[in-house]
Amino acid sequence: MTQNNFNWKIGGEAGYGIMSAGAMFSRAMLRAGQFVFDYTEYPSLIRGGHNTYEVSVSPDPIFGVRRPIHILVALNRATIDYQKIELSPNAIVIFNSDNTKAEASEFAKEAVVIGIPMEKLSIDSGAERVGRNTVALGASFAACGVPFDRLKEIIELNFSLKKKDGKVAEVNIKAAKAGYEHIRQKLQNNSPFQLKIQDNPGRLLMSGNDALSWGAIKAGCNFYSGYPMTPSTSILHVFAAQAPKYSMVVKHTEDEITAICAAIGAGYTGVRSMTATSGGGFALMVEALGMAGMVEVPLVIVESMRPGPSTGMPTWTGQEDLKFVLSASQGEFPRVVVAPGDVEQSYQYIQQAFNIAEEFQTPVVVMMDKYLGSSHKWVNPKELKNEPIKRGMIVHEKDLKTDEPYLRYLDTVNGVSPRTLPGTKGGMHIANSDEHNEKSFTEEDASERARMMDKRFKKEAAIAKNLPNPELEGEKNADLTLITWGSAKGPVQEAIHVLKLEGKKVNMLQIVFISPFPTEKVQEVMKKAKKIAIVENNKTGQLAGWLREQTGLAPDYKILKYDGRPFFAHELVETIKELL
Amino acid sequence: MLTQKDYTSPYTPTWCPGCGNYSIYPATKMALAQLGIEPHQVAMAFDIGCSSNGANYWHLYSFHSIHGRSLPVAVGIKLANHDLHVIADAGDGGAFGEGMSHFVHTCRSNINITYLVHDNHLYSLTQGQASPTSMKGMKTKSTPYGIIDQSFNPLATAIINGATFVAQAFSADIPGMTEIIKQAIQHRGFAYVNILQLCPTFNKVNTLEWYKQRLYKLSEVGHDPKDYSKAVGVATQANDKLPLGIIYQVQKPIYEDGIPTLAQMPLVKRPVTSIDVSESLKSYS
Repeated sequence: MTQNNFNWKIGGEAGYGIMSAGAMFSRAMLRAGQFVFDYTEYPSLIRGGHNTYEVSVSPDPIFGVRRPIHILVALNRATIDYQKIELSPNAIVIFNSDNTKAEASEFAKEAVVIGIPMEKLSIDSGAERVGRNTVALGASFAACGVPFDRLKEIIELNFSLKKKDGKVAEVNIKAAKAGYEHIRQKLQNNSPFQLKIQDNPGRLLMSGNDALSWGAIKAGCNFYSGYPMTPSTSILHVFAAQAPKYSMVVKHTEDEITAICAAIGAGYTGVRSMTATSGGGFALMVEALGMAGMVEVPLVIVESMRPGPSTGMPTWTGQEDLKFVLSASQGEFPRVVVAPGDVEQSYQYIQQAFNIAEEFQTPVVVMMDKYLGSSHKWVNPKELKNEPIKRGMIVHEKDLKTDEPYLRYLDTVNGVSPRTLPGTKGGMHIANSDEHNEKSFTEEDASERARMMDKRFKKEAAIAKNLPNPELEGEKNADLTLITWGSAKGPVQEAIHVLKLEGKKVNMLQIVFISPFPTEKVQEVMKKAKKIAIVENNKTGQLAGWLREQTGLAPDYKILKYDGRPFFAHELVETIKELL
Repeated sequence: MLTQKDYTSPYTPTWCPGCGNYSIYPATKMALAQLGIEPHQVAMAFDIGCSSNGANYWHLYSFHSIHGRSLPVAVGIKLANHDLHVIADAGDGGAFGEGMSHFVHTCRSNINITYLVHDNHLYSLTQGQASPTSMKGMKTKSTPYGIIDQSFNPLATAIINGATFVAQAFSADIPGMTEIIKQAIQHRGFAYVNILQLCPTFNKVNTLEWYKQRLYKLSEVGHDPKDYSKAVGVATQANDKLPLGIIYQVQKPIYEDGIPTLAQMPLVKRPVTSIDVSESLKSYS
């Protein structure tokens, strides 16, 4: 029996080249015209430990990583030990016989188990031992029946991007070929996987962090200050590399406190600025977050979540920081919290984040996580939405009245006070983190204090009016409505698709703008729904709690996962069936 | 002709009688006026503390930030608009307590910012606790039995970590202070001025008399501020001799010189428009 979709996984120690082999495989499949979604698991260290890279490949659109694994490539024994439970019964298991012993009897009867002397083949090809991952790639291509030329192209591209000389590519191609031939002969051209190979119709393969970074560049972000913290770090890398071409200033600061304060300083001058971090770094930024709210400076912050508390699991995924972000800072101020759910939304909503930050002069936090930020997904570039730039009210010298003082914190109908940028003659004021009056002077009078609080919170109402409402996706008359946010969207979509094929009616409400909360719309959906389950990657049901606070309503069920792994569609399907 | 008045808001200062801030800010204003820098061309980032409450008494672009963070805010302002004269202003508590790492790293960067530290050897807004520059053994509200730690040496720290202008002034010497601040503002690079400040309310140790016995002018002893070793020597003298004047000054490339984007114009002058990234995105296929 043949099939046209499969899930491939490679594993080995850190330092074995698992990540680069996985990335090449993923890209080659995209270039072979397939829909691709990939996902990595690795510990927070540089050598040793256990790294895996898995790629789900399908002729149809795919929105999350899929299990079970059909092709497992084990560069060490640990890969077999850890990944055995993830295998489909008919899996092809390819292992490195130079360091690993494995018997067919360890696996299901239908499984095909093949040992390859990966290190020996690599050394024989002139690629030394480190070329074993390339041998493994060659073996993988034979196992899924993809012509060798597709791999050759990727290897050449990979080494040219790394600026290695042609000889390096040549010996690696030889090593790959050795792996390829070894498996081809063993399978005798009878791979169970028959893909419809074609040229890539222009699709891209991007992570959420890639898309978010490019969305920010698109939106005219010219200033980025940040400090490395997994899983946000690749955002810093994209900006650092692109800075000269896109006229950006990118500063790797001494800590997250400087990262956010410098971004605030830059935003104050009128430059579109942002910073990105994970929960731990965000904890350090919290005081300055409140400062941005108080001085009313535009600011975009990306908070890319990983499991906590404390150091937690740095390289794994979770959605555990929602309540933290919603209430971070002493005191109260209006803030916007937006959670893209996929790569395309990461590109789109970061652009909106800049518009909202400038139009309403308040911080916007964009919630990402390891699963969304680091997994690569196929993208149709035509579906990457471009938002027109809206800069809000900026007062220039010619607009200023000479006979009246400029009021930086003018109390207006929607709470937004037109701002002057430093350097504007006649527009001087205090960007004041102390409570202040319209003139911007420090002020502690009771009625003035209350008035300024009301002024700032008028912006919240104005922002809420400006935001798009969430929409139900899928069956209108569903037996179960799944409410979700952020990266859980993809697995939920995948699960609904599987359930639909089985005749089950389930739909989804993804909440993108979490603050200000779309209360009326969510109340309407919840009141009409037959049953509601909330799906989120945390222990306590943080969105469920927020939803209850905002709507007075509670979901019937909570589907929660907090083991550091994303939701997998097959697990969700089983859980949802029990609820139907 | 600019005068102090051009930089002064109608707000009434709330400092104690005899506070050094009453002379530090006028000296700073005179320096700006004498240099012909108009108020709207100056962005001044303030910390939190007695001195930083002064944000209210200025008429320019003041940014009253949070404790310890005047430098990082100033860095962001300067990188975004290097046409502005950017001054960061803090007390010794914010500058060397919570803001210590920013101080060291900003020295390293040699960004073109002026940093004025009002060093009264105490936290005074919170009513007199020990600061990093308080002297060992000093009894304060937070150290009633005497400070155990060695006091922090900001001058030497600045010199050995890359600041290209390091000077010390005294709040009771307005003409000397004005001249030093003028030179600091004119300096291309990170210019740090430590201003020894009287706090008659809480600091009963480092009084005017105490300072008079220890202060001396570097200009009167033939000091060469270009000489690194001599500068370090002056900055590491025992507490019984306190130098006034420019301790160290050299010309080196500034942080902004290393950013090609800033060569043509300030970042903020670039129009914010929707950028076409479609060609670049093709590298993801």
